[in-house]
Amino acid sequence: MLRYTLRRLLQLLGVVLVLSMLIFGWLRALPGGPVSALLGERGTEEGRRELTAQLGLDQPIFVQYGKFLGRALSGDFGMSTGVQPGDAAVEIFLQRFPATVELSAFAIVLAVLFGIPLGYLAARRRGGWLDNLGVVGSLVGVAVPVFFLAFLLKYLFAVQLGWLPASGRQTGGLEATRVTGFFVLDGLLTREWDAALDALAHLVLPAMALATIPFAVIFRITRAAVLDVLDEDYVRTAESKGLTTDVIRRRHVLRNAMLPVVTTIGLQTGALLAGAVLTEKVFAFPGLGEALALGFERRDYPVLQLLIVMAAMVYVLVNLVVDLSYAVIDPRVRTR
Amino acid sequence: MALLEVSDLTVVFRRRGEAPFTAVDGVSFAVEPGQTVGLVGESGCGKSVTSLAIMGLLPRRGATVMGSVRFEGTELLSLSPRQMRDRRGRDLGMVFQDPLSSLNPVVSIGLQVTEVLERHRGMPRRQAMVEAADLLDKVGIPDPRRRLDEYPHQLSGGMRQRALIAMALACRPRLLIADEPTTALDVTIQAQILALLAELVRDTGTALIMITHDLGVVAGLCDEVNVLYAGRVVERAERHELFRRPRHPYTHGLLASIPRLDAPRGERLVPIQGSVADNIPWDHGCAFAPRCPRALEACVEITPHMGEEGGRLLRCHNPVQENQEVPA
Repeated sequence: MLRYTLRRLLQLLGVVLVLSMLIFGWLRALPGGPVSALLGERGTEEGRRELTAQLGLDQPIFVQYGKFLGRALSGDFGMSTGVQPGDAAVEIFLQRFPATVELSAFAIVLAVLFGIPLGYLAARRRGGWLDNLGVVGSLVGVAVPVFFLAFLLKYLFAVQLGWLPASGRQTGGLEATRVTGFFVLDGLLTREWDAALDALAHLVLPAMALATIPFAVIFRITRAAVLDVLDEDYVRTAESKGLTTDVIRRRHVLRNAMLPVVTTIGLQTGALLAGAVLTEKVFAFPGLGEALALGFERRDYPVLQLLIVMAAMVYVLVNLVVDLSYAVIDPRVRTR
Repeated sequence: MALLEVSDLTVVFRRRGEAPFTAVDGVSFAVEPGQTVGLVGESGCGKSVTSLAIMGLLPRRGATVMGSVRFEGTELLSLSPRQMRDRRGRDLGMVFQDPLSSLNPVVSIGLQVTEVLERHRGMPRRQAMVEAADLLDKVGIPDPRRRLDEYPHQLSGGMRQRALIAMALACRPRLLIADEPTTALDVTIQAQILALLAELVRDTGTALIMITHDLGVVAGLCDEVNVLYAGRVVERAERHELFRRPRHPYTHGLLASIPRLDAPRGERLVPIQGSVADNIPWDHGCAFAPRCPRALEACVEITPHMGEEGGRLLRCHNPVQENQEVPA
């Protein structure tokens, strides 16, 4: 198991290296660039040339990449040119990473908490009202664009009803002690309950918008997996032993049905950043997604390079955790 | 009083948009304590559905069960699902056909045995583990303590079926139903499993319903044999009687289609022509008539009733007479 993990981590290095090259080249192939983003239409030819040289963009791309790689190995990913000009890209990442993790975690917890039990119930009462509602609802959940749903939620619950805040991570002017950068956790750790509650209130709407797709997918996979397992001979064996419905449900149905669901949760978690870009934008939530969107608008090469590589790393790591968790739930994988 | 008394058991499957399908059509038989009774017939004759109906394992939606199943005088068909759950695994045990798919792949063998003990005998886990090792030992699994921690895929086919038998017998049920328990196994293992079942029912006094398409299994094990065709019992006799003197042309055909080692070289096997029709046409004539070499005109017109004759039950207008060969 340890050797397997190490091998996977080694592969991760390769993935990151190749990806960094692709990103590097791809960003520079996009029309526009930091120079025109910074100077706009009005920049003089001389000013442009000066800035290009200052940013090192006049050098051949291989030289640029070599310098980037050399500095990156020592943890320096350059200075932001557009998102928060003058701040180190790493600084921006560290600042915003907890926000996105907090939001994504909340969204995934919501999706799992509703998706698995509802998927199970829908399968048990196949063809019932809950099943039909769930199947249609999950289809809508996948089909409706995230940003549209985000606007809808914001309009209804923040603007019209005024139940929840419309944007940001915390109410302006709120004094809160920061420990970890995870605002809800900070509030709990410092026992500043109002700060924790405030942070949580800011999470609800974006998390709901972000959770719809993972919820819909988890619901459907759970439902399908439970339907499959219910037909299995070993469930009939369990019934023939007269076990309680609770034991049959937990030990014989769900434990087997969870195998595909765990993979799905992993994939969805990895893909969450894509949804976060849109959701964070709509709710002005200061996370990685918002920085990414802003970075593209302003062609902030250093920030984009770092964020995309980190996103890929998170994706690969989440999948590694999923693969390892397989060994925990499925003994057939363990002994192989 | 018989241990189990099945009378006029009928199972109808209804599916939306399809005609109702009668899988079991008025089956009656009884099992005495400690007796081994065989239900024999080809696939689709209703033998497995009969066993599932006795166990209360048919889906509640889509399957209608009629008639009566009395176990020690209690009508099982009128028990609530909860009451039936209390009896399954305790009073009635069951062993299924395919031991690999019948075991949960992600739960250890030990837990799959102890969960029955915990449920019905209220044993704490630790004590149940000791008992489980003992049970595995009894069904002939070597090194049972180690096996408890293993998973189904780590056991051989024969071992898996032994483990399933151990689970079914864990609470010393008075009736064990074995549904084709050897069909998925190698021939050499089949004999071992049959010998094990024979030994266990003898030692524990458990009654056994043996469901099989294999007359060889019946010959070695059963006291009494019911031959099923298209959802009905067509012949019932004591084992030796049945083999010595099969009366129903279907039984006769089944026996004639078994290869024999003492047959002259080059002798051809005699198969029964055709196969079971999809829906059961017992309402009009004998269901076996279309395949029957002895069919008379009456056979396609009048449904034969069950008649008794010297301790044997027979449903046929034109049974095979003693020492008479059926024309192929």
